[in-house]
Amino acid sequence: MSVFYILIGASLFVALIFLIAFFWAVKSGQMDDTYTPSVRVLFDDDLSDKNKISNNKQDKLEKKA
Amino acid sequence: MVYEILEENNLCNYYSYSDNPGKSKKNSFESKDYSYLDIDELKDKFVNYSDSEISQASFMIPDMHCSSCIWLLENLTRFDENILESKVNFPAKKLFVKFKTKLKLSTLVTLLDRIGYEPDLSFENLDQESKKNTNRSLYIKLGIAGFAFGNVMMLSFPEYLAITDNPESLGNFFRYLMVALSIPVFFYSASYYYVSTWKGLKSGTINIDFPLTLGILALYFRSLFEIFTDSGPGYLDSFTGLIFLLLIGKIFQTKTYDFFNFERNFKSYFPISVVVKKDGVETPVPLSKLEKGNKILIRNNEVIPADSYLLSGNANIDYSFVTGESIPQIRKVGDKIFAGGRQHGGIIELELYRDVSQSYLTNLWNEFKQTKKLISVYTNLSNLISKYFVYILLTISIAAFVFWLPSGWVHAVTVFSSILIIACPCAAALSTPFTFGNTLRLLGKNQFYLKNAVSLEKIAQTKAIVFDKTGTVTSNKYFGIEFVGTTLDDFEKTLVKTSVKNSLHPLSKIIYKHLEESLEVKPDLFNEFAGLGTECVTGEFKVLTGSLKYLNNNGITVSDKLSVDSHETTKVHIAINNNYRGYFKITNSYRTEVLDSIKKLHDKYEVFLLSGDNDSEREYLSKYFLNADNLHFNMSPADKRDFILKIKNEFQSVMMIGDGLNDTGALGSSDTGISVTEDLMSFTPSSDVILRADELSKIGNFIKLAKDSLNVIKINLVISFIYNIVGVTVAVQGNLTPLFAAILMPLSSISVILISFTGTVLASKKRGLL
Repeated sequence: MSVFYILIGASLFVALIFLIAFFWAVKSGQMDDTYTPSVRVLFDDDLSDKNKISNNKQDKLEKKA
Repeated sequence: MVYEILEENNLCNYYSYSDNPGKSKKNSFESKDYSYLDIDELKDKFVNYSDSEISQASFMIPDMHCSSCIWLLENLTRFDENILESKVNFPAKKLFVKFKTKLKLSTLVTLLDRIGYEPDLSFENLDQESKKNTNRSLYIKLGIAGFAFGNVMMLSFPEYLAITDNPESLGNFFRYLMVALSIPVFFYSASYYYVSTWKGLKSGTINIDFPLTLGILALYFRSLFEIFTDSGPGYLDSFTGLIFLLLIGKIFQTKTYDFFNFERNFKSYFPISVVVKKDGVETPVPLSKLEKGNKILIRNNEVIPADSYLLSGNANIDYSFVTGESIPQIRKVGDKIFAGGRQHGGIIELELYRDVSQSYLTNLWNEFKQTKKLISVYTNLSNLISKYFVYILLTISIAAFVFWLPSGWVHAVTVFSSILIIACPCAAALSTPFTFGNTLRLLGKNQFYLKNAVSLEKIAQTKAIVFDKTGTVTSNKYFGIEFVGTTLDDFEKTLVKTSVKNSLHPLSKIIYKHLEESLEVKPDLFNEFAGLGTECVTGEFKVLTGSLKYLNNNGITVSDKLSVDSHETTKVHIAINNNYRGYFKITNSYRTEVLDSIKKLHDKYEVFLLSGDNDSEREYLSKYFLNADNLHFNMSPADKRDFILKIKNEFQSVMMIGDGLNDTGALGSSDTGISVTEDLMSFTPSSDVILRADELSKIGNFIKLAKDSLNVIKINLVISFIYNIVGVTVAVQGNLTPLFAAILMPLSSISVILISFTGTVLASKKRGLL
C-alpha cells in the first residue's frame, strides 16, 4: 500500500503544475479579456501568406493525384 | 473565414483597407490638430512605459464594434513602420500600442483618427489598474479553491466508501494532506468573507456574510479538531467545495460592463488641451493650466472649457450636453458663453473670465455632487433576511448545545458546530449573485446597462417615475420641421435643397433631410458664412438661407406678420431672388412610442414630467401625462433636484430618467437615476443605469423584470430554507456525517443556481425582453 504515498505525491505534483500554470495565465492577463483572442485566432497572419498556404495545399493535392 | 465575418459586419471596409494599408480614407475628413499630445505632461496620460527606444501607450477607442475593427487595429504595424505592435482588448474597448519612441504620439493618434478610430482622449481615461488587480486576485482565489476542492474530494473517497481496512497510517496521511490543502483556502480564498462580516459588524449590521463566516469557521475548526484528535475525517471536502462555489458566484456578480463609466466627471467631456493665443502666437495648453484672462481659440466641434466672453467669430453653440437641447444657439460678440457648449461653424476667439474650476458648469456639478447620498442605505433583501436567520440559527444551536450538555460537553459542542455547518446559507448566498448577474446580462441585451446589482433591487421598488422632457421624452435625433410662409413649389424646393446640402450647419442638415424627396442640382456658386447663413446661386436663382439678421443684412425686408412669433423657436429663413419666402420652424420632436408607454405606466406608478422649458406644450403632453398636477415646467437644475427630494418623502422609491447635465442633481438624488443616451459611448451624467434612448419605451418591462428577479430570489430563499430545515433536523439529533454534508451542500447550491437561471430567463421571455 505504500505505493500510494508516491502516487498521491505524483498526482499532487501534476495538479500543482497546472495550478501554477493557471496563476501564470492570470498574472499575464489572459483572464482580463476573454473575448478578443477568440476573434483574433480567426485572422490569417498575412493575406499573402494565405495564398502561399493554399498553394501548398494544392501542391499536395496534385502530388496525391 | 474572415470573409464570412466581414459579410456579417459589412460596415467595416476591411478589404478596402487590406488592399492598400497605409492609404487614408478618401472621404471628407476634417483634420484635427493633435499636436498638443506631444506636450510631456499630456503624453504621460497615455504612455504607460517609455525608454529611449520603445514606448507603450494605451487608448480607449469607443468606435470599435466588430471583429474587423480588431483586425484593422491589430494591423497598425502596416501603416507605420515605427509601430511595433498593437493589441486590442475588445470588451474594454482598449488599444495597446507598442511603438518606437521617435514616433510622435500625435502622429499615432492622427493615424487612428484617419482610419476612423478616434481615441477618447478625455481626462479620466486612465488605467483602471486597481480594478484589474482585484479581478485577477479573485481568479487566483478561485483557482486555489478549485485545486484544493478537487484534491480534497479525491482524498475523501476512501472515507465516503467506508474503506476502513487500509492501514491506519495511510488514512492519517490522507487527512493531514487534506488539512495542508485547505490551509490556503481558509486563509486566502475565503478572506473576503471575514473582512465583509467584520465590516458589517463594525457598522452595526449583520449581512449575509455573517452566517457564512460562522459556517466556514465551524466547518474548518470542527474538521481540524476531528482530524487532530483522530475522532473523524472532518468536513474539509464540504469546506473547500463551499468556498469554490461561493467564489464562482462572486465572479459572476462582478462581471460588469467594462467599457462604461458610470461615474464620469464632466471633465471627461472637455478637451484635454486648448489653443491659447498670446501675442499673436498660438500654443496648445493643457486644460489644467488654463487661467482667467486667457484668450483661446475654439474650432468647429470643440467644447468651451470655461465661462468666457466672445471676442470674435460667429458663435453657434450647442448646449445639448448641459441642457439636452441640441439645436444650437447663436451668440453675439461680447456675449457670455458658458462652459460645456459645443461650437458649430467657424473658429471663435474667447476670453476666459473664470477659471475652469470656477465655471458655472463646474459649480453645477460640484453642488450636485454633495447631494449624492453618501451612505448607501440599501436594504438588500438577503441581508435583511439573514439578520433574522442568524438569530434563529443561534437560538437553535444554543438550545441544542444546552440540551446535549448533560451527555458531555464534547458531544454538545459537536452538535452545536454541526448545526452551524449544515445551516450555512450558501444556497441563499449564491442565489443573489446568480439571479442578479443573469438579470443584469438579460437587461444588457436590451441596452439597459446597470451599474451594479444593488440598483436592480432599487428599480424593483420603484413607486414614482420622473421624466425629463428635453432629450428624454423628446428626441435629439429626430426633429419636427414645418415651413411657415409662402408655400414653396417643387422647383423652389430643389433650389433650397441644393443650398442646404452644401452647408455644414446642423440645421441645414435637418432641412436637407426634410426635403429628401426633392431633386438637387449642382450650384454655380456657394458661400457659407458660419453662424449666419448661406448664399447659393444656381442659374439665375439666388437663394439665401440663414438667420433673420443675415437676411436683413442682405437688404431683404421681412413682413412683420411672419417674423413675429411669441415662442422662441429655432428658425431658418429663406429668401429666393431677394424675395422673402418664409422660414423653416424646427422643434424637437417627441418620441411617440415613449409617450404611449408613459401613458401605460400610470396604472402602477405615479408619473411626473420635469422640464426646463416653458409650458407651451402642456396641452399636448397632458394627453399622455394623465395627472395634470404632475407636469412641471420652468424647472432649473436645482429645482429638479429639490423636487425629487420632496417627492421622495411621499413615494419611498423614485426613479429619475434624464439625459443632460442639467439632470445630474435629480439623477443623483433619486433612488434610481437612469441616463438616456442616443449614443452609448457619448457622455452621460453619473447615474445608476445607462439606457439607450431607443429602448426607453420598454421602461415598464424593465421594472417588471427587476421585480421578477427579486421574486426568483425569494423562491430560492424558501428552497434553501427547506434544505436547511432538513439538515438542521439531522444535526440537532447529533447524526450529521461528513458524507451527508458533502451531498446536501452542493445539491442545495446547484438547485438554487438552476432556479436562478431558468427563473430569470423565463421572466424576461414573459416580459418580451428576450
